[in-house]
Amino acid sequence: MLNREGRPTTPPAAASATAGTFTGNRALRIEEALIFEIGRPEVSGVDIAEPNKFAPRLGALERTAPIGLPGLSEPETVRHYVRLSRTNYGIDSGIYPLGSCTMKHNPRLNEKLARLPGFADVHPLQPVSTVPGALELIGELARWLIELTGMPALALSPKAGAHGELCGIMAIKAALAARGERRSAILVPESAHGTNPATAALLGYRVEPVPTRPDGTVDVNEVKQRLSGDVAAIMLTNPNTCGLFERDIEDIAEAVHAAGAFLYADGANFNALMGRVRPGDLGIDAMHINLHKTFSTPHGGGGPGAGPVAFSAALAPFVPLPYLVSEPGRWRLVEHAGDAPAGAQPFGRLTAFHGQMGMFVRALAYMLSHGGDGLKQAAEDAVLNANYVRAGLADVMSLPYGDRACMHEVLFDDEWLHGTGITTLDFAKAMIDEGFHPMTVYFPLVVHGAMLIEPTESESKAALDLFIATLRDLAFAARRGEVARFTEAPRYAPRRRLDETRAARQPVLRWSAPAPKAEVAE
Amino acid sequence: MRYLPLTPEDRCEMLARIGVHDVDALFADVPAGKLRRAPPDLPGYRGEIEIERLLGAMAAKNVAAGTAPFFVGCGAYRHHVPATVDHLVQRSEFLTSYTPYQPEIAQGTLQYLFEFQTQVAMLTGMEVANASMYDGSTAAAEAVLMAHRITKRRKALLAGNLHPHYRETIATVSRLADDAVITPAPQPAGREDLARLIDDTVSCVVVQTPDVFGNLHDLSVIAASAHAAGALLIAVVTEAVSLGLVTAPGDMGADIVVAEGQSLGNPLTFGGPYVGLFASRQKYVRQMPGRLAGETVDVEGRRSYVLTLSAREQHIRREKATSNICTNSGLCALAFSIHLTLLGEAGLRRLARLNHANAVALADALARVPGVTLLNDTFFNEFTIRVPGDAAQVIEALARKGVLGGVPFARLDPSRSELADLIVVAATEVNTPADREAYVKALAEVIRC
Repeated sequence: MLNREGRPTTPPAAASATAGTFTGNRALRIEEALIFEIGRPEVSGVDIAEPNKFAPRLGALERTAPIGLPGLSEPETVRHYVRLSRTNYGIDSGIYPLGSCTMKHNPRLNEKLARLPGFADVHPLQPVSTVPGALELIGELARWLIELTGMPALALSPKAGAHGELCGIMAIKAALAARGERRSAILVPESAHGTNPATAALLGYRVEPVPTRPDGTVDVNEVKQRLSGDVAAIMLTNPNTCGLFERDIEDIAEAVHAAGAFLYADGANFNALMGRVRPGDLGIDAMHINLHKTFSTPHGGGGPGAGPVAFSAALAPFVPLPYLVSEPGRWRLVEHAGDAPAGAQPFGRLTAFHGQMGMFVRALAYMLSHGGDGLKQAAEDAVLNANYVRAGLADVMSLPYGDRACMHEVLFDDEWLHGTGITTLDFAKAMIDEGFHPMTVYFPLVVHGAMLIEPTESESKAALDLFIATLRDLAFAARRGEVARFTEAPRYAPRRRLDETRAARQPVLRWSAPAPKAEVAE
Repeated sequence: MRYLPLTPEDRCEMLARIGVHDVDALFADVPAGKLRRAPPDLPGYRGEIEIERLLGAMAAKNVAAGTAPFFVGCGAYRHHVPATVDHLVQRSEFLTSYTPYQPEIAQGTLQYLFEFQTQVAMLTGMEVANASMYDGSTAAAEAVLMAHRITKRRKALLAGNLHPHYRETIATVSRLADDAVITPAPQPAGREDLARLIDDTVSCVVVQTPDVFGNLHDLSVIAASAHAAGALLIAVVTEAVSLGLVTAPGDMGADIVVAEGQSLGNPLTFGGPYVGLFASRQKYVRQMPGRLAGETVDVEGRRSYVLTLSAREQHIRREKATSNICTNSGLCALAFSIHLTLLGEAGLRRLARLNHANAVALADALARVPGVTLLNDTFFNEFTIRVPGDAAQVIEALARKGVLGGVPFARLDPSRSELADLIVVAATEVNTPADREAYVKALAEVIRC
């Protein structure tokens, strides 16, 4: 059964405030007002010349009413954003073990190279003859991804993982249509990311859940029972969101293909496999790759991502525009169906331009830095680190599927917290006070009070030892009944727990000018 | 390998602690024969010096926009980005954090998203905006889906003068989601009669202003026609700077405004990453796609920000979500917001006037070249010229002379052979009088031969 009760959204009763200061600041932690409260429309931090007098060509459409946008001088701007930044936790601050998000180190070489004018200052529509290096870079990235996935074709334009999923399922729908078939269902395991069913539904498919068997994986027999001529595809995450390798995957692929359907893989967890397992060898037809996860492009507070999709030979003809075709001595950019090679039937276009070039540069820099041998080592270290965390915590926290090897992330549930009065969310918030970013909580939905820990290969043994020791200490504190350490947490973060219910019930989604003071009645 | 902290000794100790002999034991669930023992057939690891050399050589093969008189637009624009913007977005607490799932340690991200949403709402003349989309084109496709949800109709009317790549992006989603799209032929001079195509099966009318040819449109008439038929008006803006000088779509009756935000804060980068702006009316907020930051308080009563209305989203609603979107374009939204904060209203208006002035000067100068016709009555910083012969060849010839002169319309839509002699030309604040003179001279030479 899916656990749909989710995480609590209202904090427990207000705890006592700590001693106040005049400013509300706490030393290095400085409260910062909104730009609308500190800026003024007439102030500007950019010096631009006013043009000489000229006759405008705006017709009657000149914008004359005030817009209300505040401006800040340059020093005020710098201070505003630096102060905001200091209230954030990043990978650079410490371990960030968000399961399924692969928060690994973001190399600064990548940032430097993405800013080379030959990449950053190039327009997507300037003459193709002026961008051979851009095509070469994309071609080289494609070469690495094709080798690592063992799949022959790539769509590079998807802008993020969920966009890649859309791309993959669109290709499957197009391939079925090319066979003259119209199927209406897609199978999605209960442990899948929410993006999988949302993607299937967006394209008009009925989502049929596949239960997870007691060991946390998908049973090929459950898949077979649900397969029919009406099933277009199954969307499988491997390793799955329980951190386990879907060991029936070859049988699942065979059954799916026998039913004339396709196997879509959510590549969110490719970090466990790169250099060790090629998805193409397992019978996968399409898989998106989150360059911002596996290949270290920064998560940036929620994007931008990049979600190229690898395709099997069966789906290769349907890759969307634009794409590159390898020709002797050069890459050819295909932007229109009329220029596509014989046999190609591109299903359309996913976005205005060629994809997340800035992310391609970063991802390729990461790949080249590791080399084939280093990528293999990185995957092994990611798996090793997750298992080391598992081994360090298995006796104090509960593993829903028993104490068996995991892949790059380890899933605990909240059974061990029963009777303590402490929830998964409380435990996560107590980790914040200890200086750690919490793991993913309440996901996947197939276990109760899920805690999904993905340390990645970027953590040293010393960092993991401290992390494990801290979680053990918290676990013992929970058992000893030190409830307030959890329910009142976080106490030392820039904010204590937030009232999320209020935010949703009375949504305030933008700043508004305070109402002018009421005029005195006559 | 410089990014991997574990030493061989660490690995041995850790394997022993786990209780296995080698790392392959941890991959025991991988089917026999599918676990590869040799490294992939790819080059070995390399140091920074070699990688800078390799990628530097690739970058050097491209003509960077800043090295030539540059007039290319059509949905991505070369503007000057203040040095402060790129410095601040590289603050590691912004760069290396993720979606603010733990708001107590992500107020920086949440507050800038709240500020960004407010700026976008003000700029577009709308009531609410979300925390960003991938880019303008995908935002447009999401807007059409949103209009279908609101009106319970499944047919979109796309203006002929909508950017062809936006049209294709919307049409691709529509076709594969079994929704209908109707789109009349482009009208380069800007005179389209869309109202006659609206009926009570149309969910939305999608109109771009400035349109792909640069023409400005008063949307109030088409808004009234759409509303009379129970349809929504979706306005598309591909040049956000225009909103500093041109009447906002929200002030002309638009129900949803989507825009490409690249122009503020974000470099061209060959097409991405960019940032989609998405704004609408308060009454439609629960049908909006994407993340939303909202204001609340913490247990001590301090003003705070948090992701909210997530009951619309895929991680809660799964197949019933308003969109499948998860990761959006946070860091690009931050760059946009910082640039706009630096500009302020006065700076944005000045920047927009300078863009318009440069475009007017260029349009007038190009129109004086024998054989060249300017098609626009109105425009902001982009306009369309008709040249004798094939525009794509003219652009290639200009490139050989070191001038990047715009986008041949056929690059966007080769199916319209009658428009193969059109070039869409953009001018921004970075263009100098010398750039303009170089363009005029080169174009006169190219056309003469």
